[in-house]
Amino acid sequence: MIRKPQIELRPSPHIHAPVDVVSIMRNVVFALLPVFGWHVWMFGLAAVATLAAVLAGSLGVERLVCRLRGENSTLGDYSALITAILLAMTIPPSMPLWMSFVAGAVAIGLGKAFFGGLGYNVFNPALVGRAFVQAAFPAAVNTWPPAFFEGRFSGLIPSNLTPPLMHPPSIADWSMKVVDAYSGATPLAMQKFQHQQTPVWDLFFGGVTSYATGAPAALIIVCGLYLAARRMLDWRIPLSVMAGAAGLAAILWLHDPAHYPDPLFVLASGGLMLGAWFMATDMVGSPVTSLGAVVYGLLIGVVTVVIRAFGGMAEGVMYAILLGNAATPLIEHFTQPRPFGAGRRRGKGGGA
Amino acid sequence: MSTYEIRHEPEKTSPWPLLLTLGGIAMVSGLLVVLAYQITRPMIEANQRAAVARAISQVIPGAVSHRAFIIDESGLRPAEEGERGDIIYAGYDEKGRLVGIAARASAQGYADIIHMLYGYDPRCQCIRGLKVLKMAETPGLGDRIKSDPAFLKNFQALDARLSADGKDLEHRIVTVKHGKKRHPWEIDAISGATISSRAVGRALDASARRILPLLMPHIGELERAAPRNSREAKR
Amino acid sequence: MSANPAKGPNAAQERTWDVFAEGLWRDNPVLVMMLGLCPTLAVSNSAINALAMGLATSFVLVASGAIVSLLRSLIPKQVRIATYIVIIATFVTLVDYAIQAISLDLYNALGAFIQLIVVNCIILGRAEAYASRNPVGRAVVNALGMGTGFTLALLLLGSIREILGSGSLFGFNLFGPNFEPWVVMILPPGGFIVLSLMLVVFNLVNKRLGAAVKQGGGHGHAA
Repeated sequence: MIRKPQIELRPSPHIHAPVDVVSIMRNVVFALLPVFGWHVWMFGLAAVATLAAVLAGSLGVERLVCRLRGENSTLGDYSALITAILLAMTIPPSMPLWMSFVAGAVAIGLGKAFFGGLGYNVFNPALVGRAFVQAAFPAAVNTWPPAFFEGRFSGLIPSNLTPPLMHPPSIADWSMKVVDAYSGATPLAMQKFQHQQTPVWDLFFGGVTSYATGAPAALIIVCGLYLAARRMLDWRIPLSVMAGAAGLAAILWLHDPAHYPDPLFVLASGGLMLGAWFMATDMVGSPVTSLGAVVYGLLIGVVTVVIRAFGGMAEGVMYAILLGNAATPLIEHFTQPRPFGAGRRRGKGGGA
Repeated sequence: MSTYEIRHEPEKTSPWPLLLTLGGIAMVSGLLVVLAYQITRPMIEANQRAAVARAISQVIPGAVSHRAFIIDESGLRPAEEGERGDIIYAGYDEKGRLVGIAARASAQGYADIIHMLYGYDPRCQCIRGLKVLKMAETPGLGDRIKSDPAFLKNFQALDARLSADGKDLEHRIVTVKHGKKRHPWEIDAISGATISSRAVGRALDASARRILPLLMPHIGELERAAPRNSREAKR
Repeated sequence: MSANPAKGPNAAQERTWDVFAEGLWRDNPVLVMMLGLCPTLAVSNSAINALAMGLATSFVLVASGAIVSLLRSLIPKQVRIATYIVIIATFVTLVDYAIQAISLDLYNALGAFIQLIVVNCIILGRAEAYASRNPVGRAVVNALGMGTGFTLALLLLGSIREILGSGSLFGFNLFGPNFEPWVVMILPPGGFIVLSLMLVVFNLVNKRLGAAVKQGGGHGHAA
């Protein structure tokens, strides 16, 4: 292949900023580290092992694809690492390591490589991997181990070491030994199916309970704000995701407070914060126009609450973001800014 | 690359060759289809009978032979070939004693209508067996109604007693959430497959409420109607 | 595709092989032409279903190809499509009865897709593009190649889905009782995912083969 030398013609300013893909990705990793650190504090070695397995799967496939394409290795651009960290936090640390490996491999293979690599992926790769294991191994993906269990830094959870392709042992017996009382359900599932609400305070600031919560919402917000301040994520997206979710949740809650959770619980529980700040903001799958970003965020927030309230599952952030990714080209089409001087409604973009 | 001729406007031809070709081919193919139907019909019917017999022996423990009847408001009569109506199968053991009755039930499941066959034991007035004949439930979730051992345990003795006046069930058959079964007429749902489990409960309830009140007054006729010779016993 | 000029002494033999190989590899109905994807994705959740579907389709392909080729000079072109459809529908009905006679379980597993072979575009496509303009022998060989290619692609897809989705192959348990089935593989998405992987591998192999042929002297099929 012969590449023509490219001369980029751009409007001013012409000052070159040292911001490139790698430095953005590196900063995202930095921002994710505290969140993942909390995850490790909650689940111990099992969380580290899960990340290692996911990483092995995702980096292995990334390497393989680069070799098959005859391109330079893209391992150094941190994007597979981000995918792996996000994925490792959305699957339970008690999953057999072979399943985590599969999740990582599918995330990169199906989510990124099939579409042409970084920058061409339609969907957030981490969520593609998550959705695959959700569909393939529903039982293992929906059982979380208790958090802060004893001995979490001295060994793995027995189900981690299930031989490849085999059925993991139930974690119920094991969890009876390491914590006093444990139901296996996440706060969202308990709210939806048993109408027991976890205190919002615990969800926001990470109270030390045996509930399988994710990292506390407050920590995720701080880490996300770091990226927003460095202009490495579009602050409109997380804010409008939260606004969309809280708005619809408020309407439902005012309508029937006994049945629907209050908006604060909706915001703090499940994967909403992580999804809003770190997954929906994936630069490839989200709209570039500022109005588009708001529409996209609202869509994700509303769909999340719709799935949680009316769907068969307790959590809906994953599918909401995947739907948002799918809707991105459409949103961008309808939210192209009007060039200055062009007539109203006429110079609509779209660039057919 | 093979080239396709570009066909311009059709030349003017008389319609007869067209009609003759199409008609001729249609006639030949019609003959072929009828021939195939005639040849395969006995085999297909044998297959269907074998499938029915297999299903009946699964839902009525101890049944080695069976006869088909039709039950309606006017009473009980042996089912003729191809007759429509509520067909029930009376199962008999080697000595010709009535061991149970099998009937069909169906209800809308998660994906499509679930068709099933259940066995009713008139002595304990309970449902003794269940076999799903046809369904399109989600593999790995809903389709466990066919195989889940804990779920099938519900149908070892599911209470379906008639009320004192014989017009309805004493207790309606209901599906309850997993682990909430308290009474013998309740079905313990499969957790994660509640919709399919409920469909099974609804189907059994509807079928038992319609058929059993009609059937129970005629139970004596069934007991006397054991197949006499080996040819019938095989059917 | 089929009009390769004859070269060498045993050109006739070579051409017969070419006619057969067209469907087997170069123009594989599933992997290259992407025809008949509806039954491909729908009934490939187990190896036996895939094999039965492939064989049934192959039979209809070969039989209707032969008849269409035999009658090609008799059929007026204005009613040719209608005639082909009648011929194809006849053979599909025969297959339908035959499968019912062989096994009701198999018939129930394949569902409506046996009847739907009628509208499988591979068959009408072959009748129109090949059988109607070639002698019987070549039409049958070509249909056999297409049928074999279709069956093999389906069988591979069905085997992978059955191994991962149920831990078995042709119903034989491969991994023992503790196997964790990949539920998604027997659901429709599994069909799409495995088919896409097969396409990736197929194209990779084709690319490598093409490169090898080019290096090795430069004759071969210009695709």
